[in-house]
This record gives sequence, structure tokens and C-alpha cells, in this order.
Amino acid sequence: MEEIQLIEAVERYIRGEMKTDERVYFEQLRKTNPEVDQMVVEHTLFIHQMNEVGELRKFKSTLNEVHTDLAEKGLINSDRLKGNAKVIYLWKKYKRVAAIAASIAGITTLTISLLVWSLSPKIESSQVKELVKEVKGLKTKDQELDKKIKDVDNKSEKKVFLNPTYRYNGTGFMIDSKGYLVTNAHVVRNATTVVVQNKKGDNFNARVVFTDFAKDLVILKIEDDSFKNLTSIPYGISKSSSDLAESIYTLGYPRNDEMVYGQGYLSAKTGLNGDSLNCQITIAANPGNSGGPVLNHNGEVIGVLSTRQVSADGVVFAIQSKYIYAVLNDLRKADTSMKVKTPAASSIKGMDRTQQVKKIEDYVFMVKVN
Amino acid sequence: MGDKKAVETIYKDNFNMVQSLVINNNGSAQEAKDIFQEAMIVLLQKARSGSFELNCQIKTYVYSVCRRIWLKKLQQYNRYTNEVESMVGTVPIEEDIEEYEKRDQEFAMMEKAIGSLGEPCKSLIEAFYIQKRNMQDIASQFGYTNADNAKNQKYKCLMRLKKLFFAQYKNGK
Repeated sequence: MEEIQLIEAVERYIRGEMKTDERVYFEQLRKTNPEVDQMVVEHTLFIHQMNEVGELRKFKSTLNEVHTDLAEKGLINSDRLKGNAKVIYLWKKYKRVAAIAASIAGITTLTISLLVWSLSPKIESSQVKELVKEVKGLKTKDQELDKKIKDVDNKSEKKVFLNPTYRYNGTGFMIDSKGYLVTNAHVVRNATTVVVQNKKGDNFNARVVFTDFAKDLVILKIEDDSFKNLTSIPYGISKSSSDLAESIYTLGYPRNDEMVYGQGYLSAKTGLNGDSLNCQITIAANPGNSGGPVLNHNGEVIGVLSTRQVSADGVVFAIQSKYIYAVLNDLRKADTSMKVKTPAASSIKGMDRTQQVKKIEDYVFMVKVN
Repeated sequence: MGDKKAVETIYKDNFNMVQSLVINNNGSAQEAKDIFQEAMIVLLQKARSGSFELNCQIKTYVYSVCRRIWLKKLQQYNRYTNEVESMVGTVPIEEDIEEYEKRDQEFAMMEKAIGSLGEPCKSLIEAFYIQKRNMQDIASQFGYTNADNAKNQKYKCLMRLKKLFFAQYKNGK
């Protein structure tokens, strides 16, 4: 048989177009002739790939059709957004430059102000302070902007789902047994609903009462009839920095079902590039650990686990606990009705680790966001 | 393959969300469209794999896939300036994306092979194997005097294409 006829036969065989006796004969040929057999295998793979490519092309053109169609009907905001998107894109692209320029401008202003201040007789120093804050704010805002993914589809987020599923989950822990919790700002960013879940699996609705994006911290309050105030919080919240090599541990919800314990040590007093908001810890942390408490051996919270370095393994950062107090101060200033009472001191000091964790478990929650 | 009605519904419900995601993270509208369509292909492949079991809303799934693909692209372009990543949990989609990337590579091989065939081989092969038209039809369109001549030519083209494709395929494996 000539090869051209053979190929044709193989194709008919693959497509199942052969009559019974012809197929029996062909299958016999495959068995006795390994070359023919190899040809069938190879050609089947080839034809399969061709079919797949064909279907993919078809699907891609369907997608494009649908896109154009929906855009024309105004059901997706493609064309309308184009101009807008370009501006945003340019802003995103040049925001670093803009931030640097703004910082330089800020520093210059600051220097001039300082000069004026030192040369002139005593005036209120509040102006200078404010500027310092602004420069710092710009810097942290830049980092914060970079930090993570943002989802702003307000329209579709407003839909009510009968059986809600959650986009993100993180961890949060109680700072006042009346139902105040702390977690990372990036966990609840753009949230429409926030639900916290305790160790037993009970869910409570919660509300964001205060956000500080620069410090990446938020205060949540449980507002749910089924929630009953817990007994006083066993752990303390440290006001000072911790020491290098101090042994630490964390509780969190990197798994969807169960609380996970992890331990490690404090590796550096600052975060990446000397960032004084954070401290560096070495601990096994995974997505879902964000917002979890980092505790020392005395049972004091020393930080809020928040990020890890992308380019390195096991380098994790926690926001120093003293900033929880700073955020609470701001909250009090913003809303005097919020009376958050933080635990006075750790009541689990001196207990062994297992006992400490048993006491703490009930105060660490999974934060689910939709 | 890919019911158009279903595609339209998913497209309508999810595209804006993905576009915001990409544009708010260093991307353009065109890139948003590409990313979204890639995610649609991932979804389609998953749906056709037989083991399709979605434990979350399609919205959550599409979002997670797009987010992952976009982060990968940003890293490739070196536009990803982030040194730290947050530890917020999302839906596990790594396996689906790996599967997609593997198949995407195979598709690219075939497309490249077809692309380097040159005319009229390219059109001849596409007409027969992709558009699945019969030889008579093809012969008259391409101006062959009879179907047998067209078949002969197609055979030569096929041999070249297979050689091109398998050379890449065996290297890639």
C-alpha cells in the first residue's frame, strides 16, 4: 500500500468510517505491522491536536464576538472605560515617580519650614509635625497601594446571594471581649459583607468600624444578636518592641475548616527596607494567616501577621502590636462612642504553650469577606 | 463547544470585575480582555475535563484564575513591583492553571507549525482538518482539476506539517 493511501486509511479508521470487515482487516494489519501501528498512534495524536486547535479557534472567535456584542449593548463597560482606563493606567505606571516627586517636594517644604522655624522666634510647631506626617503618609500610601489586589465591582457585589461564598479569608483576634476584633486592612478591603467565624464554626456578622490603610489595620465590631460577650481576654497586647530571637507563635485559619498553630522566632525588629511598622518573624505562614495574632511566650500579642516576602522563603512580616494602640487612639478621636477596652495584662503568663493556646483559641476568628 | 448563551452570561456577569482588577493593578483594558478570555478557556477546559466540580461561585473561580494569571504576567513583564505578598486565602486554582498552560503550549506548537507551512498549504490543511470540508469542495475552491490532485497536494502538505509539529512536540516533551 502506498503511504498516501495508508494515511487515508488511518484517517478513516480514526474517524470510525471503516466498514466492519475493512476495520477487522486493518486492525489485523496494525497487529502484524508495528510501523502501521506507530503511524496510527502518531496520527491519532496529530488529528486530536488539530481538532483541539480548531475548537479553540472557534471558541476564541465566539469570545470576541460576545465581547464586541456586549460592549455595543453597553452590558460591559469596555469602550466607555477605554479613555478612563488609560488615565488610570498612566497613573499606575507613573505613580512611583509621582510619589517620589511628591516626597521630594514634601521634604523640600519640610526643610524650608524647619529653616524658617529655627530662624524665627518660637511659633506653634504643629505645622511642622503635620508635614512630617504627610510625607510619611505618602510613603506608606505608596507601599500600601502596591500591596495587594483590589476588586471594585460595586454593581455586581451588591447582589444578594442566598448561599454566600467568600472571596477572601483571613484571621482576626479579639481586643475587647465585647466583640471588637483587629485584623489587616487588606483582608477586608472593598468588602460588602464581613463575617467572622469562631473555632466552633459559629458565624457572626461584623462591621468595619475603623480602617487605617497606612498601618494596614482595621477594627471590626461583631454586630450580631447571637453573639454573647466572652469572658475577659486571656492575652495582653504588648506596648513595647520585642527582642530578637524571642520565641513566638501564631494561630490562624490558612485552612478553611480548622485553626492552625505555628511557631517560630523574632528575626528582625523592622520589616523590609527598615520599615518600622513591621517586624520580621520566621514562621510557617500561608494565605489565610493574614491578620492573625503573633504572641510571645508570656502570652502577649507582639504583632499582627500580615505579609511575606515574595522572593524568599519563610520571611514573614508582622505589624508591631504598639500600632494597634495607635489605631485605637485614632478611633477614639474619630468616634467617642466607641469605648474599646484592651486587656490589661496577660493572664496566661507562666502557663505551658498547650494551656495558653487552649485559653486563646476562643478569641481567634476566621474573617470571611464578600 | 462552548454554548454561546452560557458564554454570554458568564461574560456579562464577570468581565467588569476582572477589568477593574487588571486596570487597578498596572494593566490596560486590552490586557484585561486577554486575561479574561484566558480565564474563560481555563473554565471551558475544566468543564470539559469530566471532573468538573466547582466548590465556589463561578465569579469566585473566575476572579481567582484571573488574579493568578495576571500576577504571573506582571512578574514576567517585571511590572510587578511588590516585594511582599499578603496572606489572604483564595480559591485553589493552581492545578487548573498548570493544565491550561500545558495545553496552551501544545496549541502554540500546532499554530506555529501551521503558520510556518506557507500558502497554499496552510489554507489547504485548514480547510480539510479544521473546517472539515470535503475534498471535492476544496478542489474546486483552490482550482484543482480534480479531487485526487487536491488530495495529493494535501498529502504533501500534511507530511510537512507533521514533520514540523512533531519536531517541536518531541523537543517540548
